[in-house]
This record gives sequence, C-alpha cells and structure tokens, in this order.
Amino acid sequence: MIRYLQAIVSRAVLLSLLLAVTGCGDRPNDPYPENESAQRTLYSGFAERPKHLDPARAYSADEYQIIAQIYEPLFQYAYLKRPYQLEPLTAAGMPDIIYRDRQGRVLPDNAAEADIATTDYVLTIRPGILYQPHPALAKDGSGAFLYHHLDENRQGDLAGLADFPVHGTRELKAEDYLYQIKRLVHPALHSPVAELMKEHIVGLKTLAEQLERSYAQQGKGFLDLRAYPLEGVEVLGDYQFRIRLAGKYPQFRFWLAMPFFAPMPWEADVFYAQPLLLARNISLDWFPLGTGPYQLTENNPNRRMVLERNPHHHEEFYPSEGEPGDEARGYLRDQGTRLPIIDRVVMSLEKETIPYWNKFLQGYYDFSGLASDNFDQAVQFSGQGSAELTPEMQARGIQLETAVATSLFYLGFNMQDPVVGGLDEAHCRLRQAISIAIDYEEFISIFMNGRGVAAQGILPPGIFGYQEGEAGINRYVYDWQAGRLRRKSIEEARQLMRAAGYPDGVDQQTGQPLVLYLDTTARGPDDKSLLNWYRKQFARLGIQLVIRATDYNQFQQKMSNGNAQIYQWGWNADYPDPENFFFLLYGPNAKKTHGGENASNYVSPEFDHWFEAMRNMDDGPSRIAIIERLQSMIRHDAPWVFGFHPRHFTLHHQWYQNIKPNLMANNELKYQRIDAGLRASLQKRWNQPHYLPVLLLFLLALGIVMAGVYAYRRRLEATAL
Amino acid sequence: MMTYLVRRMLYALPLLVGVNILTFMLFFVVNTPEDMARMHLGQKHVTPEAIQQWTHERGYDQPLFFNGGEAGSKVLTETVFYQKSVGLFLFRFGRSDAGRDIKADIRQRMWPSLAIAVPSLVIGLLVNISAALLLIFFRLTWMEFWGSALCVALMSVSSLFYIIGGQYLLGRLWQLAPISGYADGMEAFRFLLLPVLLSVVAGIGSGARWYRALFLEEVERDYVRTARAKGLSEAAALFRHVLRNAMIPILTGVVVILPLLFIGSLITESFFAIPGLGSYTIDAIGQQDFAVVRAMVFLGSVLYILGLLLTDISYTLVDPRVRLE
Repeated sequence: MIRYLQAIVSRAVLLSLLLAVTGCGDRPNDPYPENESAQRTLYSGFAERPKHLDPARAYSADEYQIIAQIYEPLFQYAYLKRPYQLEPLTAAGMPDIIYRDRQGRVLPDNAAEADIATTDYVLTIRPGILYQPHPALAKDGSGAFLYHHLDENRQGDLAGLADFPVHGTRELKAEDYLYQIKRLVHPALHSPVAELMKEHIVGLKTLAEQLERSYAQQGKGFLDLRAYPLEGVEVLGDYQFRIRLAGKYPQFRFWLAMPFFAPMPWEADVFYAQPLLLARNISLDWFPLGTGPYQLTENNPNRRMVLERNPHHHEEFYPSEGEPGDEARGYLRDQGTRLPIIDRVVMSLEKETIPYWNKFLQGYYDFSGLASDNFDQAVQFSGQGSAELTPEMQARGIQLETAVATSLFYLGFNMQDPVVGGLDEAHCRLRQAISIAIDYEEFISIFMNGRGVAAQGILPPGIFGYQEGEAGINRYVYDWQAGRLRRKSIEEARQLMRAAGYPDGVDQQTGQPLVLYLDTTARGPDDKSLLNWYRKQFARLGIQLVIRATDYNQFQQKMSNGNAQIYQWGWNADYPDPENFFFLLYGPNAKKTHGGENASNYVSPEFDHWFEAMRNMDDGPSRIAIIERLQSMIRHDAPWVFGFHPRHFTLHHQWYQNIKPNLMANNELKYQRIDAGLRASLQKRWNQPHYLPVLLLFLLALGIVMAGVYAYRRRLEATAL
Repeated sequence: MMTYLVRRMLYALPLLVGVNILTFMLFFVVNTPEDMARMHLGQKHVTPEAIQQWTHERGYDQPLFFNGGEAGSKVLTETVFYQKSVGLFLFRFGRSDAGRDIKADIRQRMWPSLAIAVPSLVIGLLVNISAALLLIFFRLTWMEFWGSALCVALMSVSSLFYIIGGQYLLGRLWQLAPISGYADGMEAFRFLLLPVLLSVVAGIGSGARWYRALFLEEVERDYVRTARAKGLSEAAALFRHVLRNAMIPILTGVVVILPLLFIGSLITESFFAIPGLGSYTIDAIGQQDFAVVRAMVFLGSVLYILGLLLTDISYTLVDPRVRLE
C-alpha cells in the first residue's frame, strides 16, 4: 500500500511539474504561438462554420465576413461616408448607364420608365489587377497548367492548397465577370439570386435552361461555361464589358457591389472539379480565389480560418474623406495609407460565449459582441438613457461602438385572414389598436437590454427615405410631445377596438372573446417569458393570444400556404435602397399566391401603383414624397406591427483602430489597424500567471496523502482488541 | 471463438438495418426533403423551382421506403432508403448534403477527439479506481465517511459548472492555461491539460463511488477472508485479489466505450474549442444534413456493436473460465 501511495504522490508531483512546464513561458494562458501577438494580426472568433465561401452561393453575414475580404466586385461602399454611397473598387469608374427603347435606340437619362425596354451597364475595369497566388493559375515553362490534370498516384497526401509547391497568378479580365454571371445559373450551384437575376439580365433565363440540359446530359464534373453564350452580357475588350438588363432596374448598381458579381477565373472551376480534390474537400466553396486584399491560407472550419495579405493586391489607399467629425474621432489618421493595414487575420472557432468573453478580457480576442450573459458586466445606462461602458471596461481601455442595423423585426398579420386581415376600416382599426398595445419600448428594455430602436415604419435608419424626428413618426401609434416620441395610451387603443367592433376584446356580433393566434419559431425554455409578454400585451385589449410554436420548417410551410394568422419575422437590407423594404409588401410578391417575400399577403392596388412608381426612380425629392405616401399607407393599413431595429453593440480593445460601423460594407477589414506593440504589452500586464494557489492546492493534496499514510500505518499497527 | 465472432457479426446486420430504418423514419417524420432544401438554400429569394431542383439532384424526390410507381425489385430499390443505405453498409459515406466528403471530415476530426478522450479515460480510470480502493481500504473509518461524502458532493455538481468554473479559475483568474483552443502536435498538450484535468475531476465523484460499490461486493467474499487469514496484508488482498476479481464489471463499463471514444464529447469540445467530432452529428441535425446524420448514426451503431464484441473478448482474457463458443 505504501508503494501505491508513493505512486500517487509521484503522479501528483508529475502533474505539478507539467503545470509548471506550461507556466515556463511568458504567458502560459496565451492560446497563440509565442510572440505572434506582437505581429499585425487580428484575432477574432466564429461560432458556426460558414456554409459557403463560393461567391455565387454565399449570402449570409458570417459568409460575407470572410469572402468580402477575398473577392472584389466592381463597386464597394465608401467606408467612411454617410449616407452609404458606392464607389469603384475594381471598376475604373461608375458605370455608364444607357437606356434603350424597343428598337434599340438610345434614350435620354430622364426617359419615362414605360419607354425603357433595356438598360445597358457599360463597365470598365482597372488594368493590372492580379489574382492571389493559387495553384489553379500555376503554369509550367511551356505555358501549360500544372495542376489541371492531377494524377491520384502522384499527388501524395494533399490536405490543402499549401501542399501545391507552385502557385501562379494572372491579370483580371472582363471575361472573368462574364464567367461569374454565368455561374449564377450553374445548375449545381443553386445561387440564391439566380431566379432574381433571371428576371433582370437579358438572356440569363435561356442560358440557365441550356446549362440545365447540358449538365443533365454530361453528369457531374466541369461544365465549361465559356462555350455557352449569354445574350445580355458582352465583353467589349480585356477591360470592358456590358450588361444588358430588361427594363429599368436602378438597384442593379447595388448588386454589382455584392460578391455575387465578383470575378471568377474559369481556371478555378477546372481545377476544383477534379475528383481527387473533391474527395479531400478541396473545393471552391472552401478555398476561394479572388483579387481582394486577403487570401484564405488556412481553412479548417472546425478549428480556425486564417486570412493573409494577398501579395498581388492592387494599389488601394485609406480614404481621405468621410463624415464631418470623422477627423476628430481619429478615423482619418490613416488617410493615404496603403491597404490592407493588418497583415493577418486569425478566426478561431469559439462556439460558446463564455470562453470568448473571458479571452476577450484577457486581450486574446481583439473585439467582442455582447451576449446577455455579460451585458451588465460591460455596459450600463446613464441617466439620459445612453449606453456607457462600466468602470471595469473603461479601466481596460475597452471601447464601445454602437450602430442601428439596417434591419427590421416585425409582427405581421396575414391579410388574407378573415379576422385580422382585410383593408376595410374596421380591420385596419383592429390592427392599429394592436400596434399601440404592443409596447416595443418595453420589449427592447426587457428582452434586448435596450439594444434597439422602436420602428416608426418599414424603413430603418440609414436607408434612403428614412425620416428622423417628428417628420418620421407613425401617427397611428405615437404622438410627438415636447420634442419626444410618446406611444399612444392603451385607452386610445381600446377606443379603436370598440370602433373595430371588439369592445373590451369581445366580438360584438358573436359575444365571444376575441382569440388570436401567433405563429412563432420561439419555443425554447428561454422564450417562455417572451411569449408570456406577448400574451400580456394582447390581454391589455382583452384579446386572448394563443401561441402556436413550431419549428422553422413548419413555420415556413405555414407561411407558404398562408395558414398563419399573426407571425414574427424580420428583414435585413441587401442594399440601402427603400425598394429593398417596400417590396416586402408588394402585391405581386405575395407569398401565398406568388411564392414571394410578401409574407403578409398584403395586396393594395394603391400601394402597388406607388411602389411601381418609386422603385425605379432616381433618388430625389419626388422619390421621397412617394416614399412618404407609401409609409402613410402602410401605417394606416398596418399589415405589420413595426417592431424594432436592433442596435449592434461591439466592444473592442484600444489597440484595434479605425473601427467605424458600416452596415453595408463587408470588406472593412482592410481599413482597420492593430497596434500590435500596445497589445503585446497589455496582454503581458493582464496575464501574469499566479502559481501560489496551485502550490497551496498541491500542499493540501500532499497533506491529505500524508494523513492517509499515517492512518494506514496506524491501522497496520493496531491490535485487534 | 471465430465461429462466435462470425455469428455475432451476422446478428449485427439486421440490427444495423433496423437502426437505419429508425433513423430514416425519425428524420423524415420531423423534416421533409423540402425543409432540408430550404435550410440548405438559405432564407432569401428561394423559389419552389430551386427547392425542387435541390431535392431532385440529391435523390430526395423519390418515395421513402416503397416506390409504387415502379415494378419488380425497383419498388424497393428506387427509394430514398435503399439508395442512401447501400453505401453505408460498404462504409461509403459519400458527400454531405452541403457537398463535403464525410469520410474526409471524420478522418480529420477524430484525432482531436481521441486526443482528449483517451487521456481523460485512462487518467480518470486510474484516479477513480485508486480513490475507490482507498475508500475500501479505509472502510468503516472517518476517512471513508468523508471520502464518500466528498464523492457525493462532487457528483452532485453539473459537469458544465466544472468546465466554466475551471476555465475561470485556472485560465482567467490564475492565468495558468489557455481557456480554449487547440494546436497540432506537441503544442496540443497545453490546450488539453485543462479539459483533461476537469474531465477527470468531474468524473471522480461518480467513478469512485461506482468502483467502490464493485469492490465492496468483493471485499467481504470468502476468498478475501482466506487471503487475510493466510497473513496477506490488506493492500495485497486488495490488489492481488479484490481488484482482479472486480475486473469483469470494470471491463463491462470500459471496453464497450473504447470504440466510441473518437466520436468525442459535445460539451467539452464546444467549451474548449477542440475541433473534434463531438458536435458533428448535432450540427448536422441542426443543419438538416441527412447524409451526415445517417452516416454518424450508422457508425455509432457499428462501433457500439464492436464495443460489445470487444467486451466479450476481454472477458476471456481476464477470466479463464469464460469461453466464447
């Protein structure tokens, strides 16, 4: 037994030694290799691996966070300027837009929409832009591609692009944009914008049908899109091409700033179509090939992704113009600096918020969002209601950035429903009463820690046509008193209920209490309080609310069939144009009848008429006037209870600079700066190891073992009687 | 013994078919192929045509188990079940619905899972058995009472608490180990130290009590009394006789989980950002990636059956009386 106890002691000593070994370094809790933090590397995390990195497929924010640094469309949003505006990226200038009539004759810029049969976008790209180094572009001395015909037996253990010894590049050409537009309708890619673009780009629908037939005949493998002409896109030279759209579609310029329209060299598709690479999960969906400031050099979506500076990135400089006040806030300090400023970005998988937060406080992540778990630790509200950092955060030099998202979360009514739907005055009053009763200010305070702004209409701040202050209020729900918004009283809502035929929530005709049904995907234990809150809001009008919680699929099915009565949903802007919000209530987009995005199935001929007038108009006072008219219509008809626009809170350390929230741009990484020296010194100060507690624990364990040894000996020596 | 093993493997086949049928039924009761398509195609601008095309390309537009529109054997073979199951029995897992090669994913993710699971199991086993033997040795003394009480206290605490508390204490407060992360090669050691340590500590309470119960059954047996009567020390009696005779129940609990070790632990891997297989199946269920779900459920069943088989074989090694026939 003694030997056994000795073994335990020796193991404890060994463990302590191991702990000591890990503590030998400067900072034993540093999750990165030694001295890496002293380099210009940005450290961030991701909770879920992105689904797609192929620019024809990717559409979500987490996917754009990566591919927008790699792929370069023709245009980008100016980083500092507000309101959001486009500027050339790979394009030499803004597009030449030419309207034509049915005979192909050129029309003036102010031509009536009805006369415009097609719109030409003539686009010129800058010469000399090179792709990132990539094996797909590598050639041998004779000009033949090195890796387009890989031999299984000769390739050994390929795990990623780094295993290819030679990487090549080539110049960006206009034909690469044409190639990517064709990829949008490749039958195997299922691009989310394929159907939308088929409606706009001349000939894209025909091309899609041709490709579908060819792909079905050919089976899987490389489909050479170069062999298939696309009527609406013509390459006019190495650096110029023309896109022809059906009719007028001014919002197309915004699409040209999205990765869907980033260039793709045909070589990439040939290279990645090889079965040898597919069997190793080396595909374009995981290893992008672009011209952007960064290249993805490591992609293990289950562990980490690493972006490194693209050595071939074209000349691009930090902007010298922004909003008034940008200079004072230090946003213009880097004007004229060559981009990108940060050399490397390490994104680690961090599924849980608690470890992420702790590592952020240790300085091992450069920025962090705010989960409800740590909100109170980080933020407090001043007497005026503004968010401020707690003294603990201020002491660490942490900074807070807030921005209202170009999103809207709303409670929608199914306008086809016999109880809550309909455009007659009684039904409108019922919906207006409910809009007053649901107190979103309270919602934001209770469930969002104040991180939101109650919506006054369909447009979020930052979108053309959004009105601040008294001019922009929803007069059916709010009053403007003493320079502030005030939600109408519940008594006014009850009056509307009486006018609608439901005094105290009782149906005058049947004498039965009004029962309404809310379809929601919120069904977890954490959602219980939220749903109870909704019940309470409806109960203030005497309405019984029945919650029908379903999973997202069933919910989608119900919405498609038009079976929901009231539902919760949201929309995030694709681009900063009011069309991208108002189209959610456009009759021909009704979900039940047309499978579109109008989930409320709101059909108002007057609204549709003015929407059609507004959607393709150029920005200006007359467009604003129509937007106001549309807003008043939907405020009156109330197909939605306009809920709230979320306010994003982001914390970052003092060494992470040039952080100006830009909710449209996704390629902001290239503008940002890391003061690596400051980070290294603060990390060192904040992460001094404490060995004493371990020593005490060790001594405690040793004491217990010694007590055991003592007890053992006593037991051996004890007599039976 | 070979006959026995072959027989057991043949028994396993209908079991695996049954598990597969159940997986199909449960998955498709909850999700329709259209739901899966919607989940994969995203939430914006998804048209019915795109959904139809997605399901057609992946063969989900066929009937699930019985194709009444076909004749002969095709009524069974031209179904989702047949088309998606045959490959599994040949260990051809194919590609996930998101387009990734499943076998390559498993190969890549199993090593980090093993790196955390094997030391946790081995060290945990040693520590738990040692603690249990100590409790037995000091039975009927204050040390056993307080040791058992400590075990009950330890096992009453949620494993999540050990993880969060351990990360806070050792990683954040004392700054002695990285809170989470992973590295390849020998660098992995410093990232594994904390999760392995916490996993061992979290398992001591229940483990020590379980082994104590096993040893208690043995310690009062006649052969132990005889050993003591022959003059053997208590330690010798415990190690030479009690431990050996308790090996059968110990092996029953341990060997059966050996093959399953590489499937990983969801919570530990999530909190420590270990890039293992722990969340592979759960993520696939969340993303409605049926190809991954059926592959992992099938693999789990095969490994469990393998574990049971290994347990049977291990009995013959520790107990000469056991013969597999």
